Amino acid sequence: MTSPHDKLAVTLAVNGRDYRIAVEPRRSLADALREDCGLTGTHLGCEHGYCGACTVLVDGVPVRACLMLAVQAHGRPIRTVEGLAGDGPLHPLQEAFRDEHGLQCGFCTPGFLMLAAGVLEREPDIGDEALREILSANLCRCTGYQNIVKAVRAAARRIKEAAGRG
Amino acid sequence: MADGPTRYIGMPHKRLEDRTLLTGGGRFAADLSAPGQLHMRVVRSPVAFGRLRSVDVREARRLPGVVAVWTFADVERIPPIQIRLTKIGGLEPYQQTVLARDYVRYVGDPVAAVFAEDPYVAEDAAELVFPEIEELPACISATEPPREFMPETLPGVSSEAACVTKAYGDLDAAFAAAHEVVELEVAVGRHTGVPLETRGALAEFDPAKGTLTMRGAAKVPHYNRGQVARMLDMPDEMVHLIQGHVGGGFGVRGELYPEDVLVCHAALRLKRPVKWVEDRQEHLMAANHSRDQSYRLRAAVDARGFILGLQAEVFSDQGGYVRTHGVTVPDLSAAMLPGPYLVPAYRADVHVRLTNKTPAGTYRAPGRYESTFARERLLDAIAHALGRDPVEVRRVNLIPRDRMPFDRGVDTLGTRVVYDSGDYALLLDKLLAYLDYDRLKQALAARRAAGEHVGFGLGYFVEKSGLGPADKAVISIDAEGMVEVVTGAASIGQGIETAMAQICAEVLEVPIERIRVVHGRTDRIDYGMGAFASRVTVMTGCAVKAAAEALLEKLAGAQVGTPASAEGWFRADHMTYPYGIHAAVVRVDPGTCAVHVERFVVAYDIGRAVNPMLVEGQIVGGAVQGIGGALFEEFVYDANGQPLVTTFGDYLMPTLAEVPPVEALVTEDAPATQNPLGVKGAGEAGINGAGAAIAAAVDDALGRPGAVTRLPVTPIRLHRLLGERD
Ligand code: FES
Ligand code: FES
Repeated sequence: MTSPHDKLAVTLAVNGRDYRIAVEPRRSLADALREDCGLTGTHLGCEHGYCGACTVLVDGVPVRACLMLAVQAHGRPIRTVEGLAGDGPLHPLQEAFRDEHGLQCGFCTPGFLMLAAGVLEREPDIGDEALREILSANLCRCTGYQNIVKAVRAAARRIKEAAGRG
Repeated sequence: MADGPTRYIGMPHKRLEDRTLLTGGGRFAADLSAPGQLHMRVVRSPVAFGRLRSVDVREARRLPGVVAVWTFADVERIPPIQIRLTKIGGLEPYQQTVLARDYVRYVGDPVAAVFAEDPYVAEDAAELVFPEIEELPACISATEPPREFMPETLPGVSSEAACVTKAYGDLDAAFAAAHEVVELEVAVGRHTGVPLETRGALAEFDPAKGTLTMRGAAKVPHYNRGQVARMLDMPDEMVHLIQGHVGGGFGVRGELYPEDVLVCHAALRLKRPVKWVEDRQEHLMAANHSRDQSYRLRAAVDARGFILGLQAEVFSDQGGYVRTHGVTVPDLSAAMLPGPYLVPAYRADVHVRLTNKTPAGTYRAPGRYESTFARERLLDAIAHALGRDPVEVRRVNLIPRDRMPFDRGVDTLGTRVVYDSGDYALLLDKLLAYLDYDRLKQALAARRAAGEHVGFGLGYFVEKSGLGPADKAVISIDAEGMVEVVTGAASIGQGIETAMAQICAEVLEVPIERIRVVHGRTDRIDYGMGAFASRVTVMTGCAVKAAAEALLEKLAGAQVGTPASAEGWFRADHMTYPYGIHAAVVRVDPGTCAVHVERFVVAYDIGRAVNPMLVEGQIVGGAVQGIGGALFEEFVYDANGQPLVTTFGDYLMPTLAEVPPVEALVTEDAPATQNPLGVKGAGEAGINGAGAAIAAAVDDALGRPGAVTRLPVTPIRLHRLLGERD
């Protein structure tokens, strides 16, 4: 007889690398990333879908990793904050967050970075209002958001400039 | 050793902390693990008040993967958690034990702790623990008459734990001479810091060295190390507290809580590393709450609105127990209530009452967010009573510059309150000029005439910072010219590494990139006060300056590349007092009863800023928290003491959608006279007057002076207010 605690084999394709792990069906994607893949850059602020600290990209779309089960992410491309820059220089978003003082404690930051990365990749020309609406999906308790918005705007400009040159 | 021109203090230097945090390399409490670790889950009381008869743990113990389940009997030798700050006699009976003994006193009171191989299993097992509690009627209001704290086991111990009184001057004479007496009753709801990272800890015992190490510390690692050692009966040097990254502090995070002691004790007893990470629901009912004060004010004023005397009776809802902060919040409320005004005669009595809610402690600008709200509501009420302009009434009351330093006539946190420097009228002038006040008022009047509900309000306040008694720093330079600054401070996300490195770089004239700052480690320095009360930039900053100067002296005449090390101290008997004004423009939507903050300005004199970018960051972030407390955030309880706010779906912190751009007008007109850098703290500048300013702006928008008497101004409360008119 199978029990709900039996572990299932799951492959998580994170930042271009396959992690073959065995998880209980109830294990969240966030826990699997953090505990089974050792990628602790994805943070948990509520495990309830409200704060967005756990935001990662699945199939290029921002997803709250606390609300998705690891088994649901099987085989799908996942990107986390650890993969944003890879081993190279900082991603324009990361640079802009530093330049604009878009982080204080840094706990919400990976979630905001991935949320913004997902948006800017799909909509590089996104307008101010639409961007503010999307960024209001995540919580930050330190910065008051002002510099986060500035940083994402600055990054959008840099990405476009770089694309224009390339 | 100069590498070209270096001027660091006063520059908006980018943060040294950021790279790690931006790449997912942060090490927050939940990111730590140790081989063979157990996971702790705390079982909490489901009722607000009751006699704890027994706890049935048999079923939980039988669950595979469970290693131990503890109740009070397992921890009975551990003394209750002591008071760290503002200890006054008679508070001992109200202290919290690490697990409940005879009574449970709030929903969330720890009654048992489960230790298991896996966190999911620990959580499963916790649901199989059954406390038997005889429920008693809960007390959920501090304005109700006091009753017995624990009737059966502590007969006669009243739920009023203390009454803090501060007084000076001749109040009777003031009231006898009054042109008018203005009275007011206002209250601030229950808020708290709610850092985005919940609490967590990893404790490990090293049998080879005999040391116990707890990671996940924050705020006051040295003090907590001493307490853990005392409670577990170990020598101080055998216990270490280490902080990694901390996801926000705001007064709440890093106090010594029952869970910290439980993980440490479990690591010793179970001989395995023990990890604990709380979930958000636990955090919202187990970590300290704050605010929740009611004020009854009476002011004797002359014909110009000058306050001749002020009398205050305050009720402070302490929740279930007295925790580490003792009576800090009530003490600060009473001491800081007179604020920037002369108020020649004064008396405040603050009743500290235990109720059956989550225990209370400090939250950013503790006792000031509340008292500023009350005082500034009073100033507005005086203006209204006399038919005068609120700004002018403030102006007649402000302490003039030539009265500085100004002895407030009271003590707080064990020091005399002496405002060291300030030009309060100048800051007001600067703010009004910045706002183009007359034009702004006309513009709002025109919009109101066109049917919009818009208004303006402001709140003036004095802050405090740089609490002593002392801080120490040790700076070393190696043969390669790399510099290490070891401090006893703690980082809670405010950027102290950068600020400390800037001070060190300025004195030593070395590039900041060569400087590494260590903090929050009891194994690296024997003395440290941590990070609270906006003290780090002032106290630790000046210790770093002293250590850097001592190092320069040692190096004078030495060959380049000589390794050396020096220590420096800074001591202060008095705090230093920055001050500021919050101004808000709001629009009320009569249809939805929502309040939209259109504009929010913080004018603040910081004395001298080490890093203006960080100062502005503190101000903007604080302001948004303050707006949250003014309009959205509140822990609400039902009549039985059940918390109705236990998720982020109920505790409504502002998102980007709710906040206006915050404008910071930072001035450096009144450098601190108590320290060689002239710096004052910035941590609490953004939040202090937010409730006051928004309340006044809402009044103005409604055209109903004095309408707002309670924060937060939620749509439901506003709806009621609007209904009262008809
Ligand atoms: S942790 Fe996933 S939304 Fe908060
Ligand atoms: S920087 Fe601390 S929560 Fe956003």
